[in-house]
This record gives sequence, C-alpha cells and structure tokens, in this order.
Amino acid sequence: MLSKRRNLVPYLFLLIPVIVYLIWIIGPMMYTFYLSLTDWNGLVTPSFIGLENFERLFRDKVFVLSLINNLKWLLAFTTIPVVLGLGLAMVLNQAIPGEKIFKMSFYMPMVLATVVSGLIWGWLYHPRGGLINFILETTHIVEKGPGWLSDRDIVLWSIIIVAIWRQVGYVMVLYLAGLKSINPQLIEAAHIDGASYWRTFWSVILPLLAPVTTIVMVISVIDSLRAFDLVSIMTRGGPANASSVLANFMYIESFNNYKMGYGAAIAVVMFFLSLAFILVYLWRVMQDEMEY
Amino acid sequence: MKSGYFKSPWRVIVYIALILSTFLWLVPILTALITSVRTFDDILVNGFMSLPEKITFVNFITAWERGGLKHYLPNSFIITLPSLFLTLLLSSFGAYALARFKFKGNRLLFYTFVGGMLLPFQVLMLPVFRLTDRLGLYDTYWGLIGIHTAFQLGFCTFMLRNYMRTVPGEIIEAARMDGSSELRIWAQIMLPLTMPAIAAIATLEFTWIFNDYLWAIVLLRSDSLKPITAGLATLQGQFVTDWPVIVAGALMGTVPTLLAFLFLQRYFIEGLTLGSTK
Repeated sequence: MLSKRRNLVPYLFLLIPVIVYLIWIIGPMMYTFYLSLTDWNGLVTPSFIGLENFERLFRDKVFVLSLINNLKWLLAFTTIPVVLGLGLAMVLNQAIPGEKIFKMSFYMPMVLATVVSGLIWGWLYHPRGGLINFILETTHIVEKGPGWLSDRDIVLWSIIIVAIWRQVGYVMVLYLAGLKSINPQLIEAAHIDGASYWRTFWSVILPLLAPVTTIVMVISVIDSLRAFDLVSIMTRGGPANASSVLANFMYIESFNNYKMGYGAAIAVVMFFLSLAFILVYLWRVMQDEMEY
Repeated sequence: MKSGYFKSPWRVIVYIALILSTFLWLVPILTALITSVRTFDDILVNGFMSLPEKITFVNFITAWERGGLKHYLPNSFIITLPSLFLTLLLSSFGAYALARFKFKGNRLLFYTFVGGMLLPFQVLMLPVFRLTDRLGLYDTYWGLIGIHTAFQLGFCTFMLRNYMRTVPGEIIEAARMDGSSELRIWAQIMLPLTMPAIAAIATLEFTWIFNDYLWAIVLLRSDSLKPITAGLATLQGQFVTDWPVIVAGALMGTVPTLLAFLFLQRYFIEGLTLGSTK
C-alpha cells in the first residue's frame, strides 16, 4: 500500500510542470510542423497546401541570402569568440594583478540586453558623429568613413562584431571553469618531462578541455541560429536584406507580411538546422548519466 | 606576492596586451556614458573627443519622461519577477521527481526538458502567439509570463535535477523513516539544500527574462505594457536622430541587470558553468 502511494509521488510532482511544458513548448513545436504545410494569414483557418511553402522557400532569394548570412555568422561565432575566450581564460587562470577587473570587463557585455548593445553600437557606427568614423577620419586613416550599417558589403560583419563582443566573456567563463577542474598535477608532470608551454597547452590542456569545447561549440551554433535581437534593432535585415538572418526573415514574413504558413516553414528549416546540435548536446548529457 | 607574475618579459607583453584589449572591450560602454551627458549639437559641432560644453542630465530625464521609461522599466519587473518565481517553483517540483525517484519515463522526460531549452524561439513563435490569443492573454502581462515560465522550465529543471542528485540519499531516507510526507521533504530538506543552485539559476534567469525582446514584441501590442527592451525599440523610433537620448535610455534600461550582476556576480558565474562541467 505504502509503496504504491510512493509510486504515484513523482508523477504528482511532475504533473503541473509537464502540463505547462506540453502546452507551451511541445504542443506548439508540433503545431509549427503542421502550420508549415498550410497557407495561413493569421486570421482565417489555415488551409492545407502540402509542401508548397518549402518549394517556394528554396526559390526565394531572401531565404537563401538569410541562410548564407546565418552560415557566415556561425562560422565567425565558432572561431573568433572561442579562440579569444580560451586565450583570455588561459591568461586569467593564473594569479594575475587586477584579475577581477579584467574578468568583470569581459563579463559586462553579456549582462546588457542585446537591445541595449545594439543601440550603443548603433551609435558607435553612426556615420556622422559616431566614435569609429570620428577616429578614422580625424586620424586621416580614411577620408570618409564607411557606412557601417548602410553599406551592403559590410553591414552583416558590423553586426557580427557586436555579437562577438557579447560572446567572448561567456566562452571565457566556460573555459575558466574547465581549467579549474583540470588536475594541476597533470600539467606539473608535463613540465617535469620538459614540455614547453605551447606543447603542454596543445597536448595536455586542450585535450582535457575537449568536453568544454563541445559545449562551447554547441552553444555557439545554437546562439548563431537564434540571432535576432541585434539584427532587428540595428538594421531590420537591411539594407536590401543584406543583413537578413533566418530568425529575422521568419519574423518579418509572419508578422509584417502575414504569411504565417510560410513563416512556419522557415521555422521548420531552423529546427532541422539546430536538431543535429541539440542531439550532440543530448549525447553529452547522456554520457554524463552513464557515469552514475 | 602577486607581483611574482612578471617573471618573464613575455608575461609583461601579455599583460600589456590584456590591458589594451580590456580597454577596447569597455570603449562602447564608456562612449555611451560620455554621450549620455552631452547634447547632440555639442557632439556634432565640437567632435566626440572635445571637452563637453557642459555636463547635462537632460537626456536621462527626456528618456524617462517623454521616452516612456517610467512605464517600461516597472513593466519589466512586473513581467520578470512572477515568471522567475513560477519557473523556479515548477522546476524545483519536477527536478525533485526526476532526481530522486525511479519511475517509467524518467529519462525521457529529463531529455525532453534538456532538448527543449535549445530550441530556436521561432519554432514556437506562431503557435504560442495563437495559443496566447485563444487564452485571452494576448497583449497582457500574463501572456508573456506564461511563455517565459514554460520556456525556462527546460534549463531550470535540467540544472536543479543535476544538483539535487548530489544531495546525500541518507538524509532523505532518514526523513522518510520519520514519516515525513514527500511534500515536506521537498520543502524542508530538498529546497534548503538546493539553495546555492537556486540562487545561481535565479540570478541568471533574472537577466535572461529581463532582457527578452522577441517574445515582448510578439505577444504585446500596447505601448503601456511593454518591457524595457521593446520600449527601447520604440524610443529609438521616437528619437530617431537624438542619439544622446537613445543612449541614455539604453543605459538606464540596463541598470537593473547590471546591479544584479555586480552584487551577485559569484552566483551569475556559477549559474553559467553549472551545466558545462562536472
């Protein structure tokens, strides 16, 4: 009798969280798949049209452009902040004067809302009066500074720089925690064997940090697919869609053009792009479970 | 003691590079601070590097009064605090069950929570928009509180469950022997022992929910209900070229999360690293 009651206990504890999760997360995810097969303006009942949205999608120049922009973002995100964050973690993992101030300065950007970062950088990039062009022009590096957010060739990179500015501190935090968990005796042993600093880094420290690197990579990829706020606040994807990314394109198609079925199809593509990385993350979590 | 760091010239070079890059990292925030206390005319006429004609706080007042921050900032708290409370309450329930009981579907539920926290928001956006509307919650605080509570359940349950597994089983067994109900064990043993993790997660979640922009623009229409993030976007449209006002607004909007970070930095960092290493 008692044991029967106890069997029910976990289900009772989970009842409300699971219902909330089903209603707001799992259910909507499934419904997005259905919506992607419909024509829907958000008002009348969605009408089923099969795979038409997807066929149109791959002929849509803005979609292809957004996809490529996401890939550029991803490429920059999985390299630059990772190298910088790891480098900083290596330097700051030692007793170094002013350690706290250094760490705080790199953490700061990730605490600001992306909207706030976007606005502040929008001002730095301002063609007239903005700090960057002011410096470039008064030091005569260039006669007239570029339109950081209005030039189609550089606008995406201008935004990615802001994203990197925010991300480096995060990567640094993760690597610092990883470095703390390394047994110092292993590094000591390498030194005694006469290994140089670089050699110790490449063949002892970096391999030991591999689990952290996996997490950092997954988070970087997921974050670059989620990129929305900065683009929305700084350019809305312009000029002429030059800085459009999938998340932003999906929002505009759905809520500005009322093509919600089409928007759902974009969301489905985003789902499959992130799926592989979600699975890698889950695989990592499962490996941790095995150790119990 | 610490000056022993500079034992090789190589380290001196690294240190100088570190100081320079730290300064570079702070330039955007410093620029914003300097801009916010000057008028736009002053900056345009005299150039950014000139000494200000005079220091003025008029931009902050304009952003607060005419820019609407006096509504937006309180709104952010009205949305963030209930979401934070609800998501922590529900996830500490769920996490306890997942951490401490063997039952069918345990692992499946756990992995569902973990996987869900990595979903792109766009995958949920349209159905949640429709659901919120059907529930009569579109353009209300509760619509936003609903999605924040639900979405953050994934991360919170994941972190709390892992932490609760580290609590020694004997303590719980002893309480069960004494005839304590499971609810009592949760409230009087599990929660107090989980407090370090809850504090870390709460600090992090406060920042995340407070800084949300996407859900705010999808689920709210009325200007009077907008949180600071969506409000700043409106402010930007209102003061298109008056950058000192926009920047002053942005700085004010970031004060709550910045304070939370400065005072709870340890928790914030712990929260970020809870899931990455063991």
